[in-house]
Amino acid sequence: MVLKVGDFKTDVHNDWCPGCGDFGIVNAIQMALAEMEIPRHQSAIFSGIGCSGKTSHFINVFGVHTLHGRVLTFAQGAKIANPNLEIIAVGGDGDGLGIGAGHFVAAGRRNVDMTYIIFDNAVYGLTKGQASPTLKLGEKTKSLPTPNINYNVNPIGLAIASGFTFVARGYSYDVRQLKDLIVAAVRHKGLAFLDVLQPCPTYNDINTRDWFSGEDRIDETTKKPMPRIYKLEDTDYDPVVHYSDETELNQKKTQAIVKSLEWDSKIPTGIFYKNELITPFTRRLTDKIPNYLENPSALQKISRDGKSITNIDKILDSLNVEKTKNE
Amino acid sequence: MATDFTWMIGGPQGSGVETAANIFSQVFSKMGYQIFGKREYYSNIKGEHSYFAVRISDEKIRSSVKGTNMLIAFDAETIFRHADDVLENGIIIYDSTLENMRVSDVITFENDFKDRLENLLKSKNKEATVKGMLDLASENGVKVHSVSFRSLLTELSEKLENPRIKNMSRMFNVLGVSLSLGLLMIPSEKLTDSVNSIFSKKKPIAEINVSAANFAYNYAAAKFEHNNLKFATKDIQDNTILVQGYYGTSIGKIISGCRFQSYYPITPATDESNFLETNEILEINEGRPGSTLVVQTEDEISAIGMAIGSSLTGVRSATCTSGPGFALMTECLSWAGINEVPVVITFYQRSGPSTGLPTRHGQDDLLCAINSGVGEFPRIVYASGNVSDSFYDTTQVFNYADIFQVPVIHMLDKFIASSVTTCERFDETKVNIDRGKLLEEITSDNYNRFAHTEDGISPRSKLGLENGIFWNTGDESDTQGHISEDPVNRVEKMDKRQSRLGYILEKIPESEQIIQHSEGDFCIVSWGSTQGPILDAIEMLKNDGIDIGFIEIKLLHPFPKELLKKHLSNSKTIINVEANYDGQLGSLIRQNLEKDPDYYILKFTGRPMTCTEIYDTLKKITNNNAQKREVLTYGA
Repeated sequence: MVLKVGDFKTDVHNDWCPGCGDFGIVNAIQMALAEMEIPRHQSAIFSGIGCSGKTSHFINVFGVHTLHGRVLTFAQGAKIANPNLEIIAVGGDGDGLGIGAGHFVAAGRRNVDMTYIIFDNAVYGLTKGQASPTLKLGEKTKSLPTPNINYNVNPIGLAIASGFTFVARGYSYDVRQLKDLIVAAVRHKGLAFLDVLQPCPTYNDINTRDWFSGEDRIDETTKKPMPRIYKLEDTDYDPVVHYSDETELNQKKTQAIVKSLEWDSKIPTGIFYKNELITPFTRRLTDKIPNYLENPSALQKISRDGKSITNIDKILDSLNVEKTKNE
Repeated sequence: MATDFTWMIGGPQGSGVETAANIFSQVFSKMGYQIFGKREYYSNIKGEHSYFAVRISDEKIRSSVKGTNMLIAFDAETIFRHADDVLENGIIIYDSTLENMRVSDVITFENDFKDRLENLLKSKNKEATVKGMLDLASENGVKVHSVSFRSLLTELSEKLENPRIKNMSRMFNVLGVSLSLGLLMIPSEKLTDSVNSIFSKKKPIAEINVSAANFAYNYAAAKFEHNNLKFATKDIQDNTILVQGYYGTSIGKIISGCRFQSYYPITPATDESNFLETNEILEINEGRPGSTLVVQTEDEISAIGMAIGSSLTGVRSATCTSGPGFALMTECLSWAGINEVPVVITFYQRSGPSTGLPTRHGQDDLLCAINSGVGEFPRIVYASGNVSDSFYDTTQVFNYADIFQVPVIHMLDKFIASSVTTCERFDETKVNIDRGKLLEEITSDNYNRFAHTEDGISPRSKLGLENGIFWNTGDESDTQGHISEDPVNRVEKMDKRQSRLGYILEKIPESEQIIQHSEGDFCIVSWGSTQGPILDAIEMLKNDGIDIGFIEIKLLHPFPKELLKKHLSNSKTIINVEANYDGQLGSLIRQNLEKDPDYYILKFTGRPMTCTEIYDTLKKITNNNAQKREVLTYGA
C-alpha cells in the first residue's frame, strides 16, 4: 500500500493560533513519514506538554502525549523495549530545555536511535507568554512585565555537549527543508536532535516571521528584505564526522558550536553535526545481550498456557543449602 | 531443648562484617539449622559502625530476638555498642589489643550515644574503656575470650612463610567468625567449604582465607575454654534455600516475565536492580534466550517514565525505588493511572521523613503510596510480609497490573531487603501468568483503546500492533485517547476508571487480600514485614497458653473494608502493629471501620521489631497493664 501524506492526518481539530509555526512542523512530520513509507503502526509520536504537546493527536500513528518535561523518558523506554518502532519525540523549548533539561542531557549520553524535535519559540505559549530557556537575556516579549533576566540556553551547543550524534536546525516556514531534515534525522543511526525555529505569533513579538525574513532589513541596492535565515547546505560547511579520529571529532564539534552562536544578522539552518561512529544505545545493548535486536523485550514470549516459560532452576540451585555454590 | 542462638559480629563499614556473617550463615544452614540474619549499617562507605546479627534455630524462625549469645568484636566500637546486649552465659570474643581504648577514642560515636555510654559506665563504677565495658559484661555473667588478632596474623604469616599476611588486617572478619566456630566446635570442614564458596570467584584469595580460617579455628579449639553448647548436625530439610531479602522480588520478576526494569540508585532498593542486571540473560524453556533490560536512569522520574513507555509496547515493566524516589514518581504515576497503563513499582521503604534514616528500616510510606498523585485514579497498593511471600506476591502484582490495567505499588522495606534467611525453595509451578486483556492481534479497523465494556476494562493494544493505533494523553480523553473536555465524557471516564477499585476487591481472591494467621479475642492487625516478629511472638505466647489472633492485610488499597470486618467479627481487642509513628494502617482502620484500634504497638527507631519486644508488649496487653500506645525502642 502506498502511503500518502493524507494517511498521516487525523480528524482532530487543530486549535493552534492562526499563523502558528507549529503547523509547518506537523506538516513536515507527516510528509516525512509518508516519504519514508513507514507503516503507520510501526511509528509513534511522543509529545510533551504545551502547544507542541498536542502534535501527537494530529498525526495518525501511535500518539503518546506525556508530561511536561518527561517526553524523552517515555520515548526512550518504548524504543529500548521495542527497537523496531520508529519513534519521534516532540516538545517545546521550555519542556525540553527547562523542566526536562536533565533528561535532555541524559538522553544524549545514551544515544538511543530515535529523533527529538524541539519547537523553539522562546516563550511559554500555552501559559500566556512567559520567558522560556531560549529567550535571550534582556529581551522583553509582549507579555513579560520586565525584560528577561536570564541568559539563554543554546540548544545546538547543549545537544552536542550532551552527546547527541545528529544535531540540526530547521525553520517552520521552510517546510520542504524541514521535511528533509526530519527524514535525515529519522534515518540517522543514533539520537537525532532537531531544533526548529517556530515563531509564536501571539506571544513572541521579537522573533517573528517577518523578523526571520528580514523585513526590517531592506537591502539598499535591491530594496528587498535581507533574510536572517541561511542554509548550511548552501555553504561549504561539512557537519559529518568521517573518521574515528579525535582531532576530526573535536574539530567537528567545535565548528558546530561556533556556528550555533551565530544569531541576529545570520541564522544558520541545516545539519550542524552528524556522527554515526558513536555506537547507539541499541548496539551497546547487544554487547551485553547478544540477541537483543532479534529478540527484544517486546517480542519475547513469557508464558505458555498461563505458565511461565522462564527457567529459574539455575538461580535457585545456586541458593540451595545442600550444595556449595562452586559445585 | 530447642536451639535458639544469636551470633553477632560488628566492625567498621568495609571491614567484611557481611562476609563473615555469610560464612556463619552458610555453615549453620548446611548443618540443617534455620537462619534469620539482619544487617544494620550507617549511610556511609567506610568507617562507620555496621553489624550483622544471625539467629539460628532448629525450629522455624522468622525474626530476630532481643539479646545476643555470642559477640565477635575486632574493633572497640563493637564492644562499646553491643557488649551490654550479650545475655547471661553468653560469650564475647574480642581483640585483646583494644582493651585500653577509651570511649573518647572512638571518633564515630554520635555525641548523644557517647554521653549515654559514659553515664552508664560511670553509674556502674567502671572506667570509660573497652576493659570497663567488658568488666561490666563479665559481672552480668558473660564469658569473655581475648585474643590478639594481630598476633594470629603474625603467627600464620610465620607458619606459611608469607610476610604479607602479617599486615592483612582485612582478614580480621574471617578470623573472627572462625574463632567463634572453633569455640563452638563446629565441624571444621563446614567452615572450609563456606569460605571456599564465598570466595569462589577469586581462588588465591579463597586459599589465603581458608588458611586464616583454619588457623583461627584451631587456635580457638585448642586455647579457649569450651562451654557446654552443642550444635549437632541435622538433616537438611528438602528444598531449603538461603536467600538475601531482596531475592524474592528479584527472582519473582524474572519468572513473572518482567523484561524491563528502569531504576535510579537508592538504598535499599538498588540491590534488586543489580541482581536483575547480573542475571540479565534468561533461560527460556524450549525457546531462545530471553533477557531483562535493566536501565539505570538519570532520576526516578525517568525511571518510571521509561517503565511506562516500555509497558506501552506490551512488555511487563517495573521500577524499583524507595520513599524519596517514589515521591518523584507521582506525576508519572498519575499519568499511568489516567491512561490505564500496567506498571509495577517495587517500593522498598526506609525510614523518613525526607532523607530520614536512609539505611534504616521503616514502614512510614504506606499513606504516601496510597495517596500520592495528581487527582483521582485507580491503583493497587499491595504488601508482602516476608522474603518468600515477596516472590509469589511479585508474580501476582504483575497479574493484577495486567488484568486491571492499573499501576501497582508493591510495598516492601529495608527489614526484608537486608535480612538473610533460610526458606523453602520458591516453587515455580505455583506461578501463573495472566496478561488480562492484552491483545496480540487486531483484525477490525475500528479499534478504540478506551472503549466502554461491561466490566469497565478495555482490550489493550500495544505500540507496534497492526490495526491497534491508539492515543494516550494526561488530559481527559475520549475512547480513542484524544483530548476531550466534554463534561458528559468526563463523568463516563471517571466512572470507568474509578469503578475499577470495586472491581479489584471483587476479583482478587479474599485469600490474597487478607491472611488470617490465627484467631483470638486479642487480635493483631498489621501489614508487611512485621509478619515475622509477630508470628514468632504469637508462638512464644502459645507456649504460655495465650492465643493471639493475627490478621495480615496484604491489599492495602483499595482497602478490603468488608472482608476485614468479617475477619475481626470474633475479636474483642484490636492491636495495631506497625513500624511507624502515626499508626498509618491504624488510620485506615479508623477511616474504614469507624473503630479505633484498642492498642498500638509502634516502632520508629529505624531498627526492625524483634519478636521478644512484641511478645513482652502483648503480655502487658493481655495482663491489662499496657498503654494504648506502646513504643518499642530495642536495638543499636
